[in-house]
Amino acid sequence: MIYFDNSATTKIDPAVLATYDAISNNFFGNPSSLHAVGTKANDMLQSARGQIAELIGAAPDEIFFTSGGTEGDNWIIKGTAIEKREFGNHLITTAIEHPAVINTMKQLEKLGFKVTYLPVDKDGFIDPQMLANAITDQTILVSTMVVNNEIGAIQPIHEIAKVLADHPTIHFHVDAVQAVGKGLRDLIREPRVDFATFSGHKFHAPRGTGFIYVKRGRKIAPLLTGGGQENDWRSGTENTPAIGAMAKALRLLLTNEDANVAKQEAVRERIITHLQQYPDVTIFSPISNRFAPHILCFALPGVRGETIVHAFEDHDIYISTTSACSSKKGTESSTLKAMQVPERIATSAVRVSLDEHNTLAEADTFNQVFDELYKKFAKLRTSVAAAR
Amino acid sequence: MQYTEIMVRYGELSTKGKNRRNFIGRLTGNVTKALKNFPELSIHPKRDRMHIQLNGTPAEPVMAILSRIFGIQNYSPAIKIAKNMDVVHQTAIDLVRDTLPSPTASFKVNTRRSDHTFALDTNQMNLDLGDLITTAFPDIKVQMKHPDVTLRVEVRRDGIYLSTETIKGAGGLPVGSAGKAVLMLSGGIDSPVAGYLAMKRGVDIEMVHFFSPPYTSVDALNKAKELTAKLAPYAGAITFIEVPFTEIQEEVKAHVPEGYLMTVQRRFMLRLADRIRAQRGGLAIFNGESVGQVASQTLESMTAINDVTTTPVLRPVVTMDKTEIIALAEKIDTFDLSIMPFEDCCTIFAPPRPKTKPNLDRARQYEAVLDGEPMMARAIAGIKITTIHPQDEFMNAHQEETAALL
Repeated sequence: MIYFDNSATTKIDPAVLATYDAISNNFFGNPSSLHAVGTKANDMLQSARGQIAELIGAAPDEIFFTSGGTEGDNWIIKGTAIEKREFGNHLITTAIEHPAVINTMKQLEKLGFKVTYLPVDKDGFIDPQMLANAITDQTILVSTMVVNNEIGAIQPIHEIAKVLADHPTIHFHVDAVQAVGKGLRDLIREPRVDFATFSGHKFHAPRGTGFIYVKRGRKIAPLLTGGGQENDWRSGTENTPAIGAMAKALRLLLTNEDANVAKQEAVRERIITHLQQYPDVTIFSPISNRFAPHILCFALPGVRGETIVHAFEDHDIYISTTSACSSKKGTESSTLKAMQVPERIATSAVRVSLDEHNTLAEADTFNQVFDELYKKFAKLRTSVAAAR
Repeated sequence: MQYTEIMVRYGELSTKGKNRRNFIGRLTGNVTKALKNFPELSIHPKRDRMHIQLNGTPAEPVMAILSRIFGIQNYSPAIKIAKNMDVVHQTAIDLVRDTLPSPTASFKVNTRRSDHTFALDTNQMNLDLGDLITTAFPDIKVQMKHPDVTLRVEVRRDGIYLSTETIKGAGGLPVGSAGKAVLMLSGGIDSPVAGYLAMKRGVDIEMVHFFSPPYTSVDALNKAKELTAKLAPYAGAITFIEVPFTEIQEEVKAHVPEGYLMTVQRRFMLRLADRIRAQRGGLAIFNGESVGQVASQTLESMTAINDVTTTPVLRPVVTMDKTEIIALAEKIDTFDLSIMPFEDCCTIFAPPRPKTKPNLDRARQYEAVLDGEPMMARAIAGIKITTIHPQDEFMNAHQEETAALL
């Protein structure tokens, strides 16, 4: 099996699973309990928090555990809207965000908030100048992803930070779900960033894990009220085994980050270089330092994305249409649409997404299978060419 | 920049006259103890300063430890080079480049010469290096009063020493130079600050902590130990004395009227602290009381409690506002620990309405019904003494286990 769908989810690391298992057995207490079994579980929880904080260069009280990327995005956006509603009702995001952001913004619009969706250029990047023009005295939040999940475009975080330097009260949120462990630390931890979202299952931790970074001094309203866990910011009994497992997975991810990034870059380049031989293949994630090392989006016009996915599946190779979250709905990619890619091409797009375990040999196998499929789908492609 | 030595200047020596030798001896001992994990260092105390030769050890971690040793006014990382003006020039330029805060910063050269056989005298050296630096850094300003950077040059018999940084030390007197005392450490905000201030004046303190299981939890005890670990860097290591106090508290609760519970209880604490002090060879008792904050700390209350001993009871934070105490607690990093909510023996059995102005005679009278001596003897027999080092951890008892899994 060749698993090239790591932006959808990753396989849990056996060592991480072992940690999950050990914590479940030996630290099963409720961290809020007063007795020794509880304090033991709390020691584990706080050690995990300390380790994660240290790994991303933050303080332990700046880390809050969540159930994943969707909750993190929801919390920071809605939490800002609630917390700062007396200061303004305007939020800014981009047209290419993950649905966890876009649909949260839409929900807020129904409640009366105003939202600006910044467009992207034909390559998938927002223009910081447009952001500057969109800011009003009502703006309370700017939310953008670091790495786009569909094509891997790295957004100009430093330039956005420069724009926001003159607006110290605006919350700046980055969705770092696709960026962590991909050599982009200086963007994720850009000093102007106030909030960042992370998801555990994207880096070999169990599902249902995640955390957010909240810069000390910034405040968001809680969405989950209750027993007062997480410093009263996020109630609910802590998922100690999964949190400990995530702390371990993050350590493994960030150990040898540079070497792992280089490896993924090499695999990605091997595939892109091969695809470039075919003039009718459209590559949305070119070899460039403006794109993440692990995501490759391309289209074979004339052949629907899901057809390509299933054709590769027959060869035990697993890729996806652009985003797993919307791929079952058969809709075209929202990022490609925002890039003004014609629908005919956008519906033919597929995404290859890598992790540090993928190899050049797997890339070669992928390339061979692609050659076969390219021939196989010749008829479909000619009809497109004729229609043109 | 690879520094070769750290030059340490003593604090408050000028006023100490004949105690100089005691001061330097203590300081040298404390520095040696604090730096014992750096075996390459060699420490040379001189009459007016101390030279710590690094012998390849990086300067940063050594300076981090020095910054918390009392008795040090300031210190400078320095480079020792051969008495060759070419080498002096090259090193001076490198050093200024490394430490200049901005290209337009101000500077001056300050030369001292103990080796009078060297070709250039103090003035010639100042002029020579001043010219060199202004040529190499054209935007730099020369300024004699309060420059941003001072290039210090010392011409000694064994070589020339260059430094540009002078870092403020912790001040105060070397711990131990003023003698020994005990500190009544509760776990609150004030007593660790009192301990810090006592050490700053050279007092070698030992912690006396009362605990009352099962009314107080092991967390409260661990918190007191962790607080001691936070203060340990100033002393090298601190002795921690835990005193079992359950029996006395129960007896006081059972036989003393509610309004005097706290007063009588504190009288026993002070008596016990005083006995431990005597056993340990201490000369005074320190605590974290501040006038008028709570019922136990009114002047009337102090009178009624202090009655049990003639030993000096010293209260370093006695006139400080709460905000001032908190600021110090934050500076020494004990605040976050102190506010962790574990009941200690001052809060359990706390009556709803303690007498804020207890009467001394009444306190004596109520206390008389108790058979105090045997209880105190049992408490003293049950004390446990441990030594706490700076890196010791008590709040996360499962650290090794968690670290192995994560």
